[in-house]
Amino acid sequence: MEALTSRAKAVDRKPMTFLERLYLWNILKGMIITFSHIFKKKPTIQYPEVKRPFSPVFRGLHVLNRDEEGRERCTACGLCAVACPAEAITMEAAERLPGEENLYREEKYAAKYEINMLRCIFCGLCEEACPKDAIYLSETFAPANFNRKGFVYGKDNLLIPNPTTQPEATAKAKGLN
Amino acid sequence: MTLLSLNIDWILLIEKLVLIAIVVFASLGIALYTTFGERKVAAILQDRPGPNRAGPFGLLQPLADGVKMFTKEDIIPNSANKWLFILGPGLAMTASLMSCAVIPWGGTIELFDRTISLQIADINIGILYIFAVVSLGVYGIMIGGWASNNKFSLMAALRGASQAISYELAMGLSLIAVLMLSGSLSLGDIVKQQQAGWWNIVYQPLGFLIFFICALAECNRTPFDLPEAENELNFGYHQEYSSMKLGFYLFAEYINMIMSSAVMASLYFGGYDIPFVNDAELQTHLGNWVALFQVGTLLIKIVFFIFLFMWIRWTIPRFRYDQLMNLGWKTMIPLALVNMLITGALVLLKMNNWHF
Amino acid sequence: MNITQILFWFLSVLALVSALMVLLSKNPVHSVLWLIVVFFAISGHYILLNAQFLAIVNLIVYAGAIMVLFLFVIMLMNLSADTEPQKNVWMKLAGTIAGGCFLISACNVIYNAQNVSKEIAAKTALLNQGNIGLIGNLGKVLFKDYVVPFEISSVLFLSAIVGAVVIGKKEKNKV
Repeated sequence: MEALTSRAKAVDRKPMTFLERLYLWNILKGMIITFSHIFKKKPTIQYPEVKRPFSPVFRGLHVLNRDEEGRERCTACGLCAVACPAEAITMEAAERLPGEENLYREEKYAAKYEINMLRCIFCGLCEEACPKDAIYLSETFAPANFNRKGFVYGKDNLLIPNPTTQPEATAKAKGLN
Repeated sequence: MTLLSLNIDWILLIEKLVLIAIVVFASLGIALYTTFGERKVAAILQDRPGPNRAGPFGLLQPLADGVKMFTKEDIIPNSANKWLFILGPGLAMTASLMSCAVIPWGGTIELFDRTISLQIADINIGILYIFAVVSLGVYGIMIGGWASNNKFSLMAALRGASQAISYELAMGLSLIAVLMLSGSLSLGDIVKQQQAGWWNIVYQPLGFLIFFICALAECNRTPFDLPEAENELNFGYHQEYSSMKLGFYLFAEYINMIMSSAVMASLYFGGYDIPFVNDAELQTHLGNWVALFQVGTLLIKIVFFIFLFMWIRWTIPRFRYDQLMNLGWKTMIPLALVNMLITGALVLLKMNNWHF
Repeated sequence: MNITQILFWFLSVLALVSALMVLLSKNPVHSVLWLIVVFFAISGHYILLNAQFLAIVNLIVYAGAIMVLFLFVIMLMNLSADTEPQKNVWMKLAGTIAGGCFLISACNVIYNAQNVSKEIAAKTALLNQGNIGLIGNLGKVLFKDYVVPFEISSVLFLSAIVGAVVIGKKEKNKV
């Protein structure tokens, strides 16, 4: 029978030689191997101080985006909630009142927008479904919390800082700096 | 009859008590940092940095571990035999600390017009005393394992005891060769002889190897850590223990390591002898500082052996139980006997002036 | 009262109390542990008599090896107060008589010892004196004066070892 891989190795059932039966030689070889590992470079990343770069397609916590003038992009169409396979997104729509044009881009906006991060599977389908480019998956992940309610993220957690009033915070949230 | 009318050499008593206190606390401190060293060595052998958060380089980690151990809930199982359950870890700890009495930690120092030997008790059967104490260490394991009222603990205790008894034999036989060379059972004398001549490792390489392997087995270190084999016995004889009682068991293991390292250094590697230097000549120049250097030398030797123990632990998997017993009874004991016979023959030949 | 005497009284009381506890404790494991304490106290006495080798060998052999085997057996048999069989009244009576006989003869020995105290005193070992118990002297005595009995007893041990091997060996044709 032809071997499936070129690296296949037949099991060696030869009786052990005297040197092998002594074990000591093999133990010494093993100890030399472990000793050589003292001088190897340690791959550990000291996490809170040093962070590993994310891959460009990493999908982390959601961000509700604003446009260049700082207005919320979301119009509460509900497509993301429909697309969500884990049913993690709920929202309530409201109508934009006169005088709020600088807050919301469209005439309808999300008064309440919640994502349950315990349900969310970070598939990114909401991002694909959004016609207004309002929701994005950022490069952060959910921090630990003591109760379940803490994992239901509302608009106050999700909304990106206003680029006109807080440009630095926005840049940080986008991971640009 | 007042206390002062007792006919007691108070100064000697105080001197010995101070020595005992220093040695016990020093070995506790070293054991504390041996736990840290174990984690560090394990880490660097596995390409990890190891504990490095508590204090600079993680040096406060053992203190953090100690605080954790002390503040954990101390559970005594309902069906356990309460007194023996408490006695077990205490006995293990006492037995391992007791052996420090006969180890010569250094030469002599002159203080307050007294010549103080840095050996607590230079009894003329020092090495036998260590054997007696080691055989007592078994009780800590057995009592703890039995009093837990848990089948796994009992199995582990039986394993530990039978292993210790089996390897004690080979250990004693390998030692007899050294005793033939030195003609004395006192550790102090053995070290002094090595100071004058070659270290015993030169004459007794096989004996040292056997002694070292048996010491591994006596300390329940890998590859002989069957009493703690977690994949078959959950956690071994200290499974039901928690808090500082568990800490005592773990600590006793490290103190055993230190003591067996000290014994090995004294028997085969010249003890506190500073290599390549004539200690007696140095003493005339430097006085008491020599004793300090000697203690330092012994500590360096101990640290080397402890590193060797750890290095082996993180390299070799543990033996199966039948392999362990085969090695002990069918390999170690015959080898030790052969070693003993050859040494005896050579010693006799030399005594009868055979030059070769 | 010097330190030797203090130790003597302490060790004697310890030995007697733990010997009593060996008999009185209900749990056999406790009995074994008290017996170990007795061995320790007796070893202490040996040291007071300057017989260090005997003391340590007593610890190594009895406390270190034999009592461990005792513990092994008792732990594995799982003896406890409720598994102990009810003792026959006649057995108890016989035990009392036998024990009483021993007690009387022991008392007699002690009483006689008072009478011939000078004679006995000449024969008893002296506290912390004499070097016969030190290992060097002991070795010389064993290998010079008593070398024949010593070697004969070693042959006895050897035959015991051979016997153990013979018993332990499997018979090949019966498997």
